[in-house]
Amino acid sequence: MQAFEYASPRNLSEAVRLLSVRWGESSILAGGTDLISAMKDGISTPKRLVNIKQISELGGIEFSPRNGLRLGAMVTLRGLLDHADVQQHYPGLIQAAEGVRSEQLRNMGTAGGELLQRPRCWYYRNGYGLLAMHDGKSLVPDGQNEYHAILGNSGPAYFVSPSGLAPILIALGATVTLHGPRGTRRIEVEKLFVTPTRVGQREHDIQPNEILTEIRVPYRAGVRTATYEVRQKEALDWPLAAAAVALRVEGGVIRDPRVVLGQVAPVPWASPEADRALSGKRPSEDVADAAGRAAVAKATPLSKNGYKVQLARIAVKRAVLSAVQQGG
Amino acid sequence: MASCKYDWPPAGQLGLIGKKTDRIDGPAKVSGRAKYSYDINRPGMLFGKMLTCPHAHAKVKSIDVSPALRHPGVKAALVIQDVGSEIQWAGDEVAAVAAVDFATAEDAVRLIKVEYDVLPHLVREENLSKDGDRAKSAGEQKVGDPDKAFADPEAVVSEGFYGAPVITHCCLETHGNVVEWGGPDSVLTYSSTQNVSGIPSQLGAALRAKKINVQDGNIETICQYIGGGFGSKFSIDRWGVVAAELSKQAGGKPVKLMLDRGEDLEVAGARPSYFGHVKASAAKDGSITAWHSETWGTGGPGPSGVPPVPYVLTGIPNIYKKHTSVSTNIGPARAWRAPNHPQACLMTLAALDDLAAKLNMDSMEFFKKNILLAPTYLVKTYQEEFDKAAELSEWSNRWHPRGDKTPGHLKRGLGVSFHTWGGRGHAGSCNVIVRPDGSVTVQSGTQDLGTGTRTVIAVVAAETFGLPVEAIQVEIGDSRYPFDGASGGSTTVGAASAWTRRGSVDALNQLFAAVAPSLGVQPNQLEARDGKVQVQGDSSKSLSWKDACAKLGAKTIHTMGKNPGPCELDSVGVGGVQVADVTVDTETGLVKINRLVAVQDCGLVIDKLTAESQVYGGLIMGVCYALFEEKIMDQTIGRMLNANMEFYKLAGIGDIGGELIVHMMTGPGYDNRGVIGLGEPPVISPGAAISNAVANAIGVRVSQLPLTPARVLAALAKGAVA
Repeated sequence: MQAFEYASPRNLSEAVRLLSVRWGESSILAGGTDLISAMKDGISTPKRLVNIKQISELGGIEFSPRNGLRLGAMVTLRGLLDHADVQQHYPGLIQAAEGVRSEQLRNMGTAGGELLQRPRCWYYRNGYGLLAMHDGKSLVPDGQNEYHAILGNSGPAYFVSPSGLAPILIALGATVTLHGPRGTRRIEVEKLFVTPTRVGQREHDIQPNEILTEIRVPYRAGVRTATYEVRQKEALDWPLAAAAVALRVEGGVIRDPRVVLGQVAPVPWASPEADRALSGKRPSEDVADAAGRAAVAKATPLSKNGYKVQLARIAVKRAVLSAVQQGG
Repeated sequence: MASCKYDWPPAGQLGLIGKKTDRIDGPAKVSGRAKYSYDINRPGMLFGKMLTCPHAHAKVKSIDVSPALRHPGVKAALVIQDVGSEIQWAGDEVAAVAAVDFATAEDAVRLIKVEYDVLPHLVREENLSKDGDRAKSAGEQKVGDPDKAFADPEAVVSEGFYGAPVITHCCLETHGNVVEWGGPDSVLTYSSTQNVSGIPSQLGAALRAKKINVQDGNIETICQYIGGGFGSKFSIDRWGVVAAELSKQAGGKPVKLMLDRGEDLEVAGARPSYFGHVKASAAKDGSITAWHSETWGTGGPGPSGVPPVPYVLTGIPNIYKKHTSVSTNIGPARAWRAPNHPQACLMTLAALDDLAAKLNMDSMEFFKKNILLAPTYLVKTYQEEFDKAAELSEWSNRWHPRGDKTPGHLKRGLGVSFHTWGGRGHAGSCNVIVRPDGSVTVQSGTQDLGTGTRTVIAVVAAETFGLPVEAIQVEIGDSRYPFDGASGGSTTVGAASAWTRRGSVDALNQLFAAVAPSLGVQPNQLEARDGKVQVQGDSSKSLSWKDACAKLGAKTIHTMGKNPGPCELDSVGVGGVQVADVTVDTETGLVKINRLVAVQDCGLVIDKLTAESQVYGGLIMGVCYALFEEKIMDQTIGRMLNANMEFYKLAGIGDIGGELIVHMMTGPGYDNRGVIGLGEPPVISPGAAISNAVANAIGVRVSQLPLTPARVLAALAKGAVA
């Protein structure tokens, strides 16, 4: 690990001033579960770490039916899992957090960090960059792409978005607040994720000196949510495919469905095709299956990841069934 | 049968042997008091770090360590592979430094300048037709007339492709040493090793080859606790020699040079792959008539090893087999728990299970019918074990023909496998010390790989002296103690129990000689039991152990126990049968273990608890390679992509499944054979048993391990073969 400066500011404006305007010079240290490993592997080599764990306004969970849920960025996954209001009103969010199968990651990892973790692509993690370039060409299409993207993968990005929370947050229409030198801005979680199109671009719409401060999740009565992950291991492992669903069942039919897939594309993959397959339909296994098929109809698997198309389809189907089976 | 003076006591007289004894180093391990080599920190210790080659195949064109040597805090630096050296795998070591702390050492290796001539490489061997002149015949063999047997119109013939990729050892404690010079001709190593007594001569020879003069006798190796070896830690290895050289260069200061996780996975141990096409035939009654296999595999740049197929059923009357070894630029192969056997077991028992399915036979019945093709001395063992395994797995209730017809996407299936191993005790020795204060110590330069060696020594000595296990002090893990062989091939328990027994019996006889006059009897009329030395058949004439030892006066008893030696205390050749019960989700291709049954023979069991633990460990390691493990190489960059514990998948506790049932075969026919090793056998069958269970569940063979969702779904898409 390269030597670095360490700062531990007490408030947001101080923290922002300590951050560089250029990527690579400074890094924000929250739970550190991703950053520290990346630093040990030489993937991230910041000259300065800015610890934000001492900034009290970044913590806290509040819920009211009127304002919905506010999650401070520094809330740990454990804090999220243990919160009664989250358990009661957002079961799909709980299921997503449960997907992190490591007590250490749950205890240290934060909600903000979970959204901003870097991709697990093994070419990226072995030092070939986010676009896995070698001799001017991506290593992925002809390489070991068994865990890579099946959607949104026309290149040059082939990695998959690793966040477990993002799909359900997007399905619920959540927003994040970003605090930078020019104040705050609030964007939809969906807009936080971008597919890089050239070397040097990041997979998040965030500036090097911006801090993600909170996540806000709207509340609508009667919304049912579910997350379903297909994972090879019960123990710590990233899912092979995941799907999150938010919908209502009114008069026996599905209303306002929102299906978002995870682990299948460089961004959390919202599927309006699946939404259309569900909207206005009576819930059934066939309808759930049709949503799964619609979600992957345009998949373009690579040489070794065709199986992920099936897994994504099943994840959507099972997430839909799980959501509709909940009381409303 | 005439009794021999060291013989194990008859079954009715055993107090501790065969019972469950807690491992004596358990408290030290769970409390953290146990210090592994990685935990050793010495005063003034330096930290070593090696520079490794990023190319899978290259020649060193130039190398300069002087920038590293000039870096502040660096105390030593050396070239490992000089100009002209040909590197055969990525991650191979080219230079090393030792510095005052680890971060400085890491910074310093980055300053070393190396230029390479990059050469063509091959790191993926699964497609034999693309392996070109890297593929070399490793021999072929013919028995009987297989062509004629396959041509028999009455024969039922099954053909298939089977395989298992290269996997790594992934020891929880990585490889490495702390090495220091105590003077110009004196070296101390703290090594993570399976070979405490063997390391000094290896290191001495390597240093003398580098013109560093040191006598083997002046090298001491210590390893009290080791975090796994599995066959990958017999050698001092290049990094151990490098640590000694760095220490020498730094004026003898201790140098800690342990591999990091990535280095360990990339270079410090790989099990050869094994792929092949198999054709097998049987008569309509299920009698196997012929075997034909064309197989290949890689063990890195060197030979791949030749798995023994057809496995166990060596008496198949007509056999043709041919093996090809593919030389690749991956890290070198090392012995992996039961070398060659898990691969041979999978190839054979998966192919024959497919044959049984084609015959529409219950696979357990099929294997029982053909077990006479196994070596004669194992037949009865297997017959008894098949029955036990069938009972414990509820085979007759739960087995069904290929393809679970239950509606829905969850399919359950059963698969069986069996295996064998040698396991005779290696050559070795111990000191047994009985002191006038009654204390008893057994010392040996052996090692406890976590298998329970310490506990076995204590149990055997305690049994012999009639003392509780706690009364025995066991001192091992230091090459200054009497020589013992390396712990490989399941040879330690046979050796350690035998040399402990011989040394203890001799010591006891010396004690009897000292005590006999005071009890007014001849020494041969005495016995030691329940903490006393007493006249046989007359417990009123006795001395407590402590009082008996006081009769030694100022004289301490020292005896040496050896193996091999008089009396048959150990033996060779075990059988085991395993059944896997799995559920496969046919929508996701996920395999879940419901139950694993292991029925295992290892002759006389010394400590049933640690013996069972060995089998549990074998099953767990087996689940790992059956479902998860694979060393994944990228052909373009020539490197391992999953050299960390995130991508190199091992089972967590939730992945092991519902139930592990272990049954040790004991009693007549087993106990009287003497002690036989158990480290290798239980890890051999899980791959085949689980693969067969999956085939039984879904009705189609998944041809390769690990049984990932990708492979299971691909097999399902291809449809049933039988």
